[in-house]
Amino acid sequence: MKGYVHSIETFGSVDGPGIRYVVFLQGCPMRCLYCHNPDTWAIGKGREVEAMELIEEYEKNKMFYRGGGITVTGGEPLLQLDFLIELLSLAKQRGIHTCIDTSGITYSPEAKDYILKLDTLMQYVDLVMLDIKHIDPVKHRALTSRDNGGILAFARYLAERDIPVWIRHVIVKGYTDSPEDLRSLGRFIGGLRNVKALDVLPYHAMGESKYRELGMKYPLEGMKALERSEAECAKMHILEGVREARRSK
Amino acid sequence: MSEITSAWRGFESGTWVREINVRSFIKHNYTPYDGDESFLEGPTEDTLALWDQVLDLSKQEREKGGVLDMDTKVISTITSHAAGYLNKDKEKIVGFQTDKPFKRALHTYGGIRMAEKACKDNGYELDPTVKEFFEIHRKTHNAGVFDAYTPEMRACRSSHIITGLPDAYGRGRIIGDYRRVALYGVDRLIEDKQQQKITTRSAMYADVIRDREELSDQIRALEDLKKMAMSYGFDISRPAENTQEAIQWLYFGYLAAVKEQNGAAMSLGRTSTFLDIYSERDLKEGRFTESEIQEFIDHFIMKLRLIKFARTPEYNALFSGDPQWVTESIAGVAIDGRHMVTKMSYRYLHTLENLGAAPEPNLTVLWSTRLPDNFKRFCAKTSIETSSVQYENDDLMRFTHGDDYAIACCVSSMRVGKEMQFFGARANLAKCLLYAINGGVDEISGKQIGPKYLPIQSEYLDYDEVMERYDDMMRWLAGVYVNTLNIIHYMHDKYCYEKIQMALHDQHVTRWFATGIAGLSVVADSLSAIKYAKVKVIRNEQGIATDYEVEGDFPKYGNDDDRVDSIAYDIVHRFMEHIRKNHTYRDGIPTTSILTITSNVVYGKATGSTPDGRKKGEAFAPGANPMHGRDSHGAVASLSSVAKLPFKDAQDGISNTFSIVPGALGKDDRIFVGDLAIDLNDCPTCQDIPNLFEGLDAE
Repeated sequence: MKGYVHSIETFGSVDGPGIRYVVFLQGCPMRCLYCHNPDTWAIGKGREVEAMELIEEYEKNKMFYRGGGITVTGGEPLLQLDFLIELLSLAKQRGIHTCIDTSGITYSPEAKDYILKLDTLMQYVDLVMLDIKHIDPVKHRALTSRDNGGILAFARYLAERDIPVWIRHVIVKGYTDSPEDLRSLGRFIGGLRNVKALDVLPYHAMGESKYRELGMKYPLEGMKALERSEAECAKMHILEGVREARRSK
Repeated sequence: MSEITSAWRGFESGTWVREINVRSFIKHNYTPYDGDESFLEGPTEDTLALWDQVLDLSKQEREKGGVLDMDTKVISTITSHAAGYLNKDKEKIVGFQTDKPFKRALHTYGGIRMAEKACKDNGYELDPTVKEFFEIHRKTHNAGVFDAYTPEMRACRSSHIITGLPDAYGRGRIIGDYRRVALYGVDRLIEDKQQQKITTRSAMYADVIRDREELSDQIRALEDLKKMAMSYGFDISRPAENTQEAIQWLYFGYLAAVKEQNGAAMSLGRTSTFLDIYSERDLKEGRFTESEIQEFIDHFIMKLRLIKFARTPEYNALFSGDPQWVTESIAGVAIDGRHMVTKMSYRYLHTLENLGAAPEPNLTVLWSTRLPDNFKRFCAKTSIETSSVQYENDDLMRFTHGDDYAIACCVSSMRVGKEMQFFGARANLAKCLLYAINGGVDEISGKQIGPKYLPIQSEYLDYDEVMERYDDMMRWLAGVYVNTLNIIHYMHDKYCYEKIQMALHDQHVTRWFATGIAGLSVVADSLSAIKYAKVKVIRNEQGIATDYEVEGDFPKYGNDDDRVDSIAYDIVHRFMEHIRKNHTYRDGIPTTSILTITSNVVYGKATGSTPDGRKKGEAFAPGANPMHGRDSHGAVASLSSVAKLPFKDAQDGISNTFSIVPGALGKDDRIFVGDLAIDLNDCPTCQDIPNLFEGLDAE
């Protein structure tokens, strides 16, 4: 079947292990203030591509991807669940390492059909990169326009199924860098046994020009890129939280 | 014989004992190293003191505008200058091109005008007696070439359809097997050369006479090499006895070469695994400690960093800097299947840490998927920290060149001591396409340079018509080009022969006749535009096509799109076929390269607007790179396009200059927590990856 693709990066080296073929799917319900891909928001737009086409393009250059694989990101990849299932099942048939990079925002435990599909998808997923935008529900809403209840529930869903997870967390000054929140985040992920890595992402201002091109106002105008040392500091706070969670067990 | 026995004590015998054969020596004696870098030692106090001195001199040199001192009187030869030092008491490896560091030598045999200009442009004046001597009494390479050039060749040269010809400077790209000096000692090498001279054919055809004259020159150069070493207090008539001597002997060989020649690339070869055999023996015998061995290497590399030539600003503009291309090839895999990483491979790369990052010597790792993981990791780490390592594909080159080849300049591979190259600059294929459209008239000067073929007269370009004429024009260009090179190399051999470098070669040398291509991606995109979009020709009052309008989109080289990538392939193959139709000097085997790493800017400047939409004077893409900004599918797609080019037609090398911001190349290990390594075998379930936070549980 066809999916809506925003773009392809054939040399992805920061979205999962190794060198990866990165598919950016079109469409996202979140409106994160620091989003650097606002052009991926609109749903139902983008280039319509057959899942098999993507696999063929991957296979053609698979020499480059030894030790890597396919990462599907977005946008929000889980919005196109059926397409994702087809794409990743085709990938798994060929022994390709698969990864999805998601916010988990679409997770809805009450919808039986949805869970069934999600269960199917998880058979084909080797790694989930779960981007937790904020641990505090109020601040999460302010930052992303959405609640984080479903996202945290999704994290637990993945933990129950023992799906390997990397936690991603973007650090923005004044929004996500308070030590208490970071420790609290740490305590949350400290309780998850399936987490394989913590990927702290320092905020960068490279998205700003895209907003200009799209004629949109950039919500974080003037915000400076985060220093490496500040990101290291944030990492330490999160790990402190992880330790607290582990000690209390 | 006793000297030999003591120098070769403990070495496993092989063919190398009976004949000059360094590869055999290495094969029988080297020790592959699978461990990590933990054995390495930091710089000694002497190393740091010497390096401070170098930094200070570099600063003075910069402040003086780029040249600290220059010889304007003494013509550089192997023995022309007395010994020079930084600090004799501290230097473990010695030798400079002139009698002091940072003093550039005077090389005149390539061309007296170039030498004079190099002096003048740097604020010096060439001694008038030297000038007079080379103008009246002794011809140079440059003078010889211009005596023989045809008017057509001159026209091609001045219109820049053939560019960067080594007709006024040393051609370089020859690697002497400097290891031979260490392994055999110079006397044995002289003996060998004398034997070669005895066994030439006896009927005195011109080539036999030339061979005999060259062998005599080579023997004289070897005698001079001994004298030069003696001026530093070393008797290198005998083989080296230990690591320090092996490095010193080898370096004297190289030093003699750079005293004699100011070549466009003066590469070192493949020396680290060779030297490792000596250091392994010394470590075993307790002669030197690891720290001492590293110190020898640090001092050796320091010397290589201080190789300097007198050059003109134009030369430096062509090469974007003042490069010497002291390329050293490291690692690779042997044809018996063992990898060739040794401790010495680590020590060479470690100099980048001990002395700090530097572009020279051009440390080049011959990369194979079969190199040990520890070494791969160390290379990656060194690259991240210093940005100073070049990588080349050993898996590709080993197939044709075996396991004792080295890189000259940036990508030209040759078997050390067995093959050499006639360096051949490049043909501007983008301009050639414009000549095809304009019937041999230069689009900038309006002069008839190429053959007076019928120009294309239609308003819109037709692919088949353009291709047919382009093919004719390429055939013409290949002919002029190869014949120009024939003159150049004849004259270089005659007036500026590389005596010491060729003395460190076998008698029967394979000569690669190197040519080069500039503007490949411009041509591929132009032809693609003509084929898949509509290209309208804009002509000036004289009817010369000077600009183009592209209507519609077309596939662009660099996006892994076969429609245009096949055009690029076809052009390389066709041009090479035309090259091969020509007679080559000294039975040179034609090759070509696609590797304008820096000169693409200069070539672009001399070329009018092209049918791909590139405007007059705009830079070409470097080497085989896609045009800047036209590859829109990421690096893998871009690299895949380049990888489709036929290596068999471009064995002298295909380059793809690839820059990437560090952050896009991987995770920052100070921020990212977890294990990035993933084993594909475990992939279906990934159960074996340890929980990253397990370590934290214990606290």
